Formats: sequence, structure tokens, C-alpha cells
Amino acid sequence: MHLHHPHDGHGHGAPAPSGAAARRPDGTRRALRLGLGGPVGSGKTATVAALCRELRSELSLAVVTNDIYTREDAEFLLREAVLPPERITAVETGACPHTAIRDDISANLEAVEDLEDAVGPLDLVLLESGGDNLTATFSRGLVDAQIFVIDVAGGDDIPRKGGPGVTTADLLVVNKTDLAPYVGSDLDRMAADAKAQRGHLPVVFQSLREEAGVDRVAAWVRERLAAWRA
Amino acid sequence: MTRAALLLLADGRFPAGGHAHSGGAEAAVRAGLITDAASLEEFCRGRLHTSGLVAASLAAAAALGVDPGDLDAAADARTPSPALRAAARRLGRQLLRAARATWPCAGLDLLARRFPKGAHQPVVLGAVAQAAGLEPLDAAYCAAYESVGGPATATVRLLGLDPFDATGVLARLAPATDRVADRAVRAAREALDTGVDALPAASAPLLEISAEVHAARTGRLFAT
Ligand SMILES: Nc1nc2c(ncn2[C@@H]2O[C@H](COP(=O)(O)OP(=O)(O)O)[C@@H](O)[C@H]2O)c(=O)[nH]1
Ligand SMILES: [Mg+2]
Repeated sequence: MHLHHPHDGHGHGAPAPSGAAARRPDGTRRALRLGLGGPVGSGKTATVAALCRELRSELSLAVVTNDIYTREDAEFLLREAVLPPERITAVETGACPHTAIRDDISANLEAVEDLEDAVGPLDLVLLESGGDNLTATFSRGLVDAQIFVIDVAGGDDIPRKGGPGVTTADLLVVNKTDLAPYVGSDLDRMAADAKAQRGHLPVVFQSLREEAGVDRVAAWVRERLAAWRA
Repeated sequence: MTRAALLLLADGRFPAGGHAHSGGAEAAVRAGLITDAASLEEFCRGRLHTSGLVAASLAAAAALGVDPGDLDAAADARTPSPALRAAARRLGRQLLRAARATWPCAGLDLLARRFPKGAHQPVVLGAVAQAAGLEPLDAAYCAAYESVGGPATATVRLLGLDPFDATGVLARLAPATDRVADRAVRAAREALDTGVDALPAASAPLLEISAEVHAARTGRLFAT
């Protein structure tokens, strides 16, 4: 049961300062927090939208966007009505999107807590990074696992180049496979390079324009959630 | 107590949300008021002697043990812009989170319970300085320096200003920062005896007005 306290919504005492604690003050497990990072335009928002459509009937969901200088991503999600507006929050990042997800996560933690207070208890919170270079990763104090989204149009040498996002993300998504023939990207080579960089860590090739869409990423999210709750 | 805690607290890398704020510099850049190091210096000097002084006094008073509720109300009264009031509370909440993890203690937990949505950042800063074993003067220095350090860093990002020029600006403001911190502590001691009305209420109307304009603007890089 999620206890509601008139003052702070966190049972007795003030909310824990650290975001990493796995339980709410009432002892229940808090929402699983997944980060989505990757270059601008690779399909992070589209993946978030597709995940919301796929999972919203079975899970209590919320989204935090980290737009670089607009509310574009949050507004896209609102326009597409993938979730009710009170479940979508935009964080401002001050010209430095990677800082907000890695070095100084306080605004994002606050956004997650406010969502839990307003519409919780939540099962899953998706946090989208503002989009950055290949070195940007989420702090473990903010997310429990992260998905790095690249696309085939950004150059098929990105998996080979590596970088912390490509090599260490819990899931690497290579998006827009439908475009591969038009941009001359070699998917087999991308898969081999990704395997070489990531070892046993999973990689999903997807096209949100095709029938299967976000299915495999959604399945991965369900697995993470089952492990989180176990 | 350790003085070194001051270095931690005053470091721009202390993870308390400040990086997303320009202290009015973005609005000033957009309005053509900051264009180079010289105009940045003038902007910062104005800020230091107005909102910087007020923030430093609030921080020193909180570190001296003046009631945070009174100080939060005093901060409200000295901040006409609703956007700046909201931002100050958000930053206060973020600072409190970082500080409770950094210097865990009952005093800060109590503050978090009393202000679940945050108190004005300088008020929290003073309480945090106290929790870290620092003096009211340290808290005042922190607030005064922050009031100019934030805009200087933001201007480097906004204008591509030479970072050496920006640090030069901050160095030239150091003597004025000393005086502001001293003055803030004197006012804070007076507030401890006679109440928060003794705190300075220096304001910069243009900062308040442009903060409102900025808050309504789309396509901004910094929250304030
Ligand atoms: N062809 C194709 N376009 C896609 C796919 N996924 C996303 N897009 C498009 O790519 C553009 C950028 O996507 P977005 O999700 O906003 O990228 P973000 O910057 O990473 O959030 C949008 O126009 C999407 O419609 C895909 O699988 N195939
Ligand atoms: Mg996006």
C-alpha cells in the first residue's frame, strides 16, 4: 500500500535525498526508472511514444523529457496523447543536457518525485535525455538501466566508434532500419561492430515504421521490470 | 568544523541544479545588454549589489539561526517576480537534496520536512553552511559569489565569450564581493536581534522584469 501523508507524501520523515534508494519510505518498491539517451534525431522520443502506447494499458507510466532549449519533446508526446498530460514533465537543462542526466541529476530526481506524488504509485518512469554526443550516459543515481538509441542514418560506423553510450548501455537500439537501403548502411556490419563493442549486452535493430515497431524493446522493458520487482 | 567545506559548497560542480540557471544573463544577452566582458562585468556588479546582497544576507541570517520560515517570507517580499520566486524555491529544494546526502544531519532533515517543496535557495544555503560547520560569513560569501559566478559561466556558453575574460571579470569583482559579504553578515546579526526587516531589500527592477519575459519565452537555454 502506498501511504499518503498530508505534508510530504512520503509517510513519516522527509523524502530520502538519494535517488538510488530502491524503496519508498513506506517499504514498497519505487518505480523502475529507465533512461533513453543517444544523438539528436535518432528516435528517442518516437521510441518513448511507442513504448507508452504499448505499455500504458498494463503499467502505470510517466515520462520525464530533458529538452535542450524547448519543450518540443514534451509537446510532441502531449500532442500525440500517448499519456495524460499530468504524467509528462519537462526538465530544463541549461545548455548542457549531459549534466542534467549525469553530473547534476537533482532536477530530474525532483521531477520523478513530483510525478510519483502527483499520479503515483508508478510502475515505470521513462527519462529521455535531450540528445547529446556519444559520451553521454545517465547516472546510476538517476536511472536503474539505460537504453542508447542510435539510427542507421547517422552513419554505420557509429557502433565501431564506440563510446560509453554504445559500449555500456544496458540496451543498444539501432533505429530506422527501414532507411538502411536509402542511406547505404550495412546492418550486418553494424551488428558485428556492436557485438564486438558490447560483448553479451543486448542490441535491438528496429524500425518504428514497420509492423513489429517497438515490440522487442517493450519485451526488454517487461523483463527489466520483472527483475526489478523480483 | 572544517573551512574546506566552503570550497565544496561554492564549487559550481556541487550538484544542486545551478547549471540550468543563468541568473538573468540569458535575458540580458537577448536584450543586447551583455555583449562582451565589459558589459558582463557591469551586469554582474549590478547583480552583486542588489540580488547578491539580499541573497548573502538571507544566507548569513539562516546560518546564524534566524527562523527559516521568517527568512523565506522575507525572501518572498524581496522577490517581486513570481518566476524568480518559483525558481528560488526549486533551487532551494535541489540544494537541500544534495546537502542532505552530502552532510546528513537532523537539522537538514527537519528543514526538508518543513519545506517539502523547497525554501528560497539562500535560506537553504545558510542552513546548509551551518550543517557543514561553516560560519555565517562563509554562507554570505557563497551566496554573493554565486550571484555573479552563475551569469559569468552562462555567458561563456551563450556568447562564446573567452572563458579567461569571464574569470577575469569575477576576479575584478572580488573586492566588491568581500564588502558585500561583510555587509550581509552585519545585517544578518541585526536581523537576529530585531527581526528580518533589518535585512537589505536592494532590488534590480530590470532583473525582475526580464525574468518574467524570459519565463514566457520559448527556445530558451536556461531556466532563468
Ligand atoms: N524512417 C524512420 N523514421 C523514424 C523512425 N523512428 C523515428 N523516426 C523519425 O525520426 C525523427 C526524429 O525522431 P525523434 O524521436 O524526435 O528523435 P530524438 O531526437 O532522438 O527524440 C522523427 O521525424 C521521427 O518520426 C524509424 O524507425 N524510421
Ligand atoms: Mg527527443
